[in-house]
Amino acid sequence: MEYMDMEDMRHTEDKPDTTKKQEDLSVKKSVTGFIHSVETFGSVDGPGIRFVVFMQGCKLRCQFCHNPDTWNRRGGEPVTAEAIWDQAFKYRGYWGKKGGITASGGEPLLQMDFIIELFVRAKEEGIHTCLDTAGQPFSRYHPFFSKFNRLMQVTDLVLLDIKHMDREGHKALTGSYPDPILDMARYLSDIRKPVWLRHVLVPGKNDAERYLKQLDEFAKSLNNVERFQVLPYHTLGVYKWEQLRIPYPLAGIEAPSKEQIAYVKKRLHTEDYTGYQKETQRD
Amino acid sequence: MAEKEQWNGLKGKIWKMEINTRAFIQANYTPYYGDSSFLAGPTKGTDTLWGILKELQKEERAKGGVLDMDTNVVSGLTSHGPGYISEETKELEQVVGLQTDKPLKRAFMPYGGIKMAQEACTTHGYEPDARFETIFTEYHKTHNQGVFDAYTPEMKKARHNKIITGLPDTYGRGRIVGDYRRVALYGIDFLMEKKKEDFDNCGNGTMTDDIIRQREEISMQYRALNDMKKMAASYGYDISQPAKDAREAVQWTYFGYLAAIKTQNGAAMSVGRVSTFLDIYIERDLKNGLITEQEAQELIDHFVMKCRMVKFARVPSYTQLFSGDPVWATLEVGGLGQDGRSMVTKTDYRFLHTLENMGPSPEPNMTILYSSRLPENFKSYAAYISIKTSSVQYENDDVMRPFWGDDYSICCCVSATQTGKEMQFFGARANLAKCLLYAINGGIDEKTRVQVGPAYKPITSEYLDYDEVMDKYEKMLEWLAGLYVNTLNVIQYMHDKYYYEAAEMALIDTDVRRTFATGIAGFSHVIDSLSAIKYAKVKVIRGQDGIGEDFEIEGEFPRYGNDDDRADEIGLWLLKTFMDQLKKHHTYRNSEATTSILTITSNVVYGKATGALPDGRKAGEPLSPGANPSYGAEKNGLLASLNSVAKLPYSWALDGISNTQTISPGALGHSLNEQMENLVNVMDGYFDQGAHHLNVNVFGIEKLVDAMEHPEKEEYANFTIRVSGYAVKFIDLTKEQQLDVIARSAHERM
Repeated sequence: MEYMDMEDMRHTEDKPDTTKKQEDLSVKKSVTGFIHSVETFGSVDGPGIRFVVFMQGCKLRCQFCHNPDTWNRRGGEPVTAEAIWDQAFKYRGYWGKKGGITASGGEPLLQMDFIIELFVRAKEEGIHTCLDTAGQPFSRYHPFFSKFNRLMQVTDLVLLDIKHMDREGHKALTGSYPDPILDMARYLSDIRKPVWLRHVLVPGKNDAERYLKQLDEFAKSLNNVERFQVLPYHTLGVYKWEQLRIPYPLAGIEAPSKEQIAYVKKRLHTEDYTGYQKETQRD
Repeated sequence: MAEKEQWNGLKGKIWKMEINTRAFIQANYTPYYGDSSFLAGPTKGTDTLWGILKELQKEERAKGGVLDMDTNVVSGLTSHGPGYISEETKELEQVVGLQTDKPLKRAFMPYGGIKMAQEACTTHGYEPDARFETIFTEYHKTHNQGVFDAYTPEMKKARHNKIITGLPDTYGRGRIVGDYRRVALYGIDFLMEKKKEDFDNCGNGTMTDDIIRQREEISMQYRALNDMKKMAASYGYDISQPAKDAREAVQWTYFGYLAAIKTQNGAAMSVGRVSTFLDIYIERDLKNGLITEQEAQELIDHFVMKCRMVKFARVPSYTQLFSGDPVWATLEVGGLGQDGRSMVTKTDYRFLHTLENMGPSPEPNMTILYSSRLPENFKSYAAYISIKTSSVQYENDDVMRPFWGDDYSICCCVSATQTGKEMQFFGARANLAKCLLYAINGGIDEKTRVQVGPAYKPITSEYLDYDEVMDKYEKMLEWLAGLYVNTLNVIQYMHDKYYYEAAEMALIDTDVRRTFATGIAGFSHVIDSLSAIKYAKVKVIRGQDGIGEDFEIEGEFPRYGNDDDRADEIGLWLLKTFMDQLKKHHTYRNSEATTSILTITSNVVYGKATGALPDGRKAGEPLSPGANPSYGAEKNGLLASLNSVAKLPYSWALDGISNTQTISPGALGHSLNEQMENLVNVMDGYFDQGAHHLNVNVFGIEKLVDAMEHPEKEEYANFTIRVSGYAVKFIDLTKEQQLDVIARSAHERM
């Protein structure tokens, strides 16, 4: 899976570089992205109420994924960033002091030109921007890295999923190695970009004591984590696997109990990450 | 200018020169900007009484929904002696007064229609006194008989085929909110004196129909006031004079309301806006050290407890329409004054707090008059109560205040009325979705195959042409609007004549403003159907007699509920067109025609009587409630749905635009604080666009399913949910309605 195929070209290469020309959006042709759907009422995708755009395409194959219909990079509806922004902005009255827009997916980093334009438009209006990513496409090489840096200039918060701390465990759970994801986490820490870490708790897969210990230490080693969330695995997306006729790999695994969740939260010291609350007090 | 010792320390002049509760409130209330930390828990007395009542409610449910019925007394102001929750604990009751002599015992109320009153008894295994049959058929006419004496054959046919439906021709029309606070502020004697003056000044001696009727009505009001005194005296209270303290103010106000529910069994018997008013008395007593916070809360708890006990005897067909035994004892908190001050007082908190002290409850129908400019603390507390109890609804004070001022009440589920200045003629609703089928089928009912509407030329093409449908639909709507208004004219005339609301009208200005409330059912389905015809291809499947029975849709079309103007603008057209058509007609007593988009739970019954529609809804399926988008139509989440509804101008539907949404707690935010914050932001965003109403339920589908399967669980005894414009105990709904509620899209993201 670790290669750049034609679909990646469609999303990242075949586009004009927006890093220099973003200032004159009014005359520039808006970037087209391929989106899966939008959610006007995202309330668990960053602070406050958020307009969430779910991008189409992801290279990870997480066994617990509840949106496998966003994987295919050939699907999705072509929409310009301008059109999405116009749609999103209709909901500004609901955003209050904290809310805004979130780019999620699929994997938004596969369509950075689109996200950059969307976020530039948002920042021009003073709207909070949030990137919900699994970090898999991250690389410190051109052209990705320069675009990523441009994106970070207009991103207020990154929601980063850490799915498994063990290299082979990660590969088994998601189909990919975690190297770029952890590298991105480090990089975001280096540039002090606010991050909410998220960990989907899959019983029997990533909740072993040694993995939790590794994750706890890793999170502590970062200096930009404002919040650390444990998201319990759930089975609400299973029907989508069935619709797509993909065998569901986690069949038989049950959602974690309240006690399990509480234990893992404690083990990961999630309560220690309170940066997100300070933001509330500032308002 | 009158002066009374009970008014010591109360400011202002105007309200002493004329009956003007609003002026009294504005001159005396104390806005409260703090948080909820001052509130007191329930007293032992409250716990004891509420405990007894909960047991009675359980017994009532075990007996099939009715605990006890009166069979040999016709209900009136003085028909019953005093009644208490229980004889042993009557000393604990800070607020007294029951509809009959026993708690939850339903009164016999024959004036709306004797057959219905009898059937209500026999359905539940009670046999009413045989003399009533003779009295109310041979010696005295009822409202119901009057209406049917005057109905035209066309009206009967339209009613029977349910294109106009839910009509108040067999029961009280309700929706009249007396200014019950007047009893406390002025005392009955002063009110009688004023009515006497009105009587003396009524007309110049020329006896026109209007003057004769008004003179008769004032006399009836005057007598009702006198009877209220007797009613209160049976409980040991003299209400001829104003209330002198908070306890009396609460009690006197409740007596006013009790007078209404003893004499009328209207579908909606609302309490009105009493919180800011009562707070003035409580503040005065607190300042003078006459009362503690705990005692103040106890008064409000007991007042609310009484509102939770209101019951009427109903027939099964009524219960199907309005399920869960609602009475719409609607009661408002919040709102802003004309001068921009918040009208939130500590007592507004105390009323909401009753839902914590005594748990969730559908009644009184607690309504928050919302503005994004309300104190942030209050908004947060309201959101907290919503999340914890799902027992409150929100209505936009910013859109209502310009029309009704800052002393209006909600007189039904969502409809505003100026308190003490105005009355409403309730008129149920017209099924505009069925009307669309009449347009296609040339006025023949798709269910009964009877020619109900005018025999205009039906549409005969295989595929529906948008322009042709619109042309025919507009003509059919024109017919329906005329028939509907005229049917209501008959009903309102007869109600005034045979079931006049003397007690309520006695607490309203003689020179009353009247609104004529009509309503629309099937709103979302008409929009989606017309959109399907316009943007996709709709093929008509006809029966052997040529009547369109089903529709096949080819292609995609925009649906109402996605913030898509292509669909939403059809809704604007529909509302404006129908309202304009209604206004062309004479309305009884020169009332002002208004309309609403609200259906209560009747969407299930209306749906049953409506054939398949061009939007893909199958025959017999429930219509979408109120102004809600259709089931499954929403593709972009809650806010897109809210934005679609928010586009409907309140000024075009002054009787209300109801919207009910269910959000699972997990989809509202991770922590309780985030959930509260997000809910407040939803309200701000929705209402700042000019939307009118929002019912908010916060729970997941799992809870509904579990409650449906295990109604016996203790936790579900008072599990309350909001439906279109009111609240019900979920376990009191029919299975069909429970399934309908569950099927409706809960906003639950994965």
